[in-house]
Amino acid sequence: MNGAEMTETGMARQDEVRYFGLTERTWKTIGLVVLLVGVFALPFVLSSYRVFQFNLVLVYAIVLLGLNILTGYNGQISLGHGAFYAIGAYTAAIMMHHLGIPYWVTVPVAGVVCFVSGFLFGLPALRLRGHHLALATFALGVAMPQLLKYKHLEDWTGGVQGIVIQKPDAPAGLPISADQWLYLFTLVITIAMFWFAYNLLRGRVGRALVAIRDHPIAADAMGVNSAMYKSLAFGVSALYTGVGGALGAIVVQFVAPDSFAAFLSIGFFVGIVAGGLASISGAVYGALFVQFVPNIADQISRAAPWAIYGIVLLLFVYLMPTGVAGMVRKLGGKLAKWGRTGPG
Amino acid sequence: MDAFLHQLFSGLANGAVYASLALAVVMIYRSTHVVNFSQGEMAMFSTFFAWWMITSGVPYWFAFAITVTVSFFVGMAIERVIVRPVERAPVLAMVTVCVAMLVIFNSVAGWIFTYSIRSFPSPFPSEPLFGNPYVSSHQLGMMGMTLLMVVLLYLFFRYTRIGLAMRAVAENPESSRLAGIRVGWMLALGWGLAAAIGAVTGMMVAPILYLDPNMMIGVLIYALASALVGGIDNPFGAVIGGIMVGVVETLAGAYVVGTELRLSVALIIIVGVLLIKPTGMFGKTFITRV
Repeated sequence: MNGAEMTETGMARQDEVRYFGLTERTWKTIGLVVLLVGVFALPFVLSSYRVFQFNLVLVYAIVLLGLNILTGYNGQISLGHGAFYAIGAYTAAIMMHHLGIPYWVTVPVAGVVCFVSGFLFGLPALRLRGHHLALATFALGVAMPQLLKYKHLEDWTGGVQGIVIQKPDAPAGLPISADQWLYLFTLVITIAMFWFAYNLLRGRVGRALVAIRDHPIAADAMGVNSAMYKSLAFGVSALYTGVGGALGAIVVQFVAPDSFAAFLSIGFFVGIVAGGLASISGAVYGALFVQFVPNIADQISRAAPWAIYGIVLLLFVYLMPTGVAGMVRKLGGKLAKWGRTGPG
Repeated sequence: MDAFLHQLFSGLANGAVYASLALAVVMIYRSTHVVNFSQGEMAMFSTFFAWWMITSGVPYWFAFAITVTVSFFVGMAIERVIVRPVERAPVLAMVTVCVAMLVIFNSVAGWIFTYSIRSFPSPFPSEPLFGNPYVSSHQLGMMGMTLLMVVLLYLFFRYTRIGLAMRAVAENPESSRLAGIRVGWMLALGWGLAAAIGAVTGMMVAPILYLDPNMMIGVLIYALASALVGGIDNPFGAVIGGIMVGVVETLAGAYVVGTELRLSVALIIIVGVLLIKPTGMFGKTFITRV
């Protein structure tokens, strides 16, 4: 604590731990700046198809972060988050297509709608644990496409045909393409969502969620309001997924029931296990994995992406339960040990 | 009235299918306390294996017997090789492994046999038995097959040494081990039995649903609902639950919500049972101690 304060005031201390000549704090700042410059420069150096792909990476990152709050941090297993993604996507699509509401308004509305539906689903789910919760959410994910096709909602949802959305243009006066604008729009929301999750999870709420996951009875005994935190985790998680769904719908410009089949939920689950459970950066690795691995594997066979997903799941469970994030942390630790100078 | 009886019988026949897959789910749950999400996909894969043999000219019942036997041993192998390393791991690891197997079986079936929809032969005569107008021979055959499996399982668990040992392991693994029962092998046997029951289910349902890699996902949801209704650790309950779910789902599909929302009926049943009586009709209540 003291060391950090001293550095801020500009007084470099001799007895401070350094890695390759710089303090940990400096390294972190450098990393963050490089990352931010990189992601903001991305749409100006890549082709518009690649920009579209990275746009989807951002969308998945938000979704996976939401699922990770629930499953990774709070230990409530969901195999049905595709349902909340669908609700978010349809909220955005219906608002834009039928009510003519601008796209940027639909994103927070989708978040609120999903928060409410997630909270409501979370209330009965309070009584369920482990396998039973996985089972109930799995059924939700499988039933969702049928609900979206329901004929009395067809006027709004477009039935099997779905809804086609207009791609929003960049604001007049900005010399960038619609794809670049949409990417930057998604990026700013993604950064805000990650910043919020970081603050939420490192404090009191985060500790309560982890305590409930690791030892529910002890958490209760410590005065943690389990019921409140668990349904709140469900709500926040659905909110993230809904925001992702709304952005995903705008990016893809299309929603239809069959894009939200049971396998979408399983894909999200694969994403958090591969990226790293209970890790914020894991959501990003998971999103990159979910977006690009199928793309590469598709060239082998239509079935190949899912075969690879399955094998990767098994490998991570047996060999690297902390996912890519854990692997990166381990490598970083080794590197730091190697370049470490100073006391201790 | 005629139409109603028709629906009722078709509900009973569907129920028999759900009951037999639910039986497979229960086999695994009561020994290892795992809800096997890949049960349906394992059954689908067995059915593809049978289809491959039948189209290569093997007689139906011979292919049937080989498929059930092979599925039994593959099921045992899966427990020994894939499930055993995470036996004592947290629930999340177990769920992940089951989801991984679901995905692998589904995609490998798609890879080998492609995603096109195929017809699968029925071993039963095409004209209805006894000239009744309500139920086809195949539907009656499905019900008979489920009944046969239930009777065989009952005899196995009630009158054989291994059956007794398996019941003991389900009740109390530690004491069983002290009594000299090979607990690990009993668990593997449970997975083997489940895989074999699943294979029968798949071959019975394939003539109706047509064979493709995604055939069993819907059936699995109904089977899970059935297992929950009956109490997820009770084989007898699974059968009663399966028949109830089959009848309710078919009648609700025909008269209440329309056929396109039938899966939502399963969702409502699952959430409803878990909320009102998580142990189902015949399940045991577990008490957690600090």
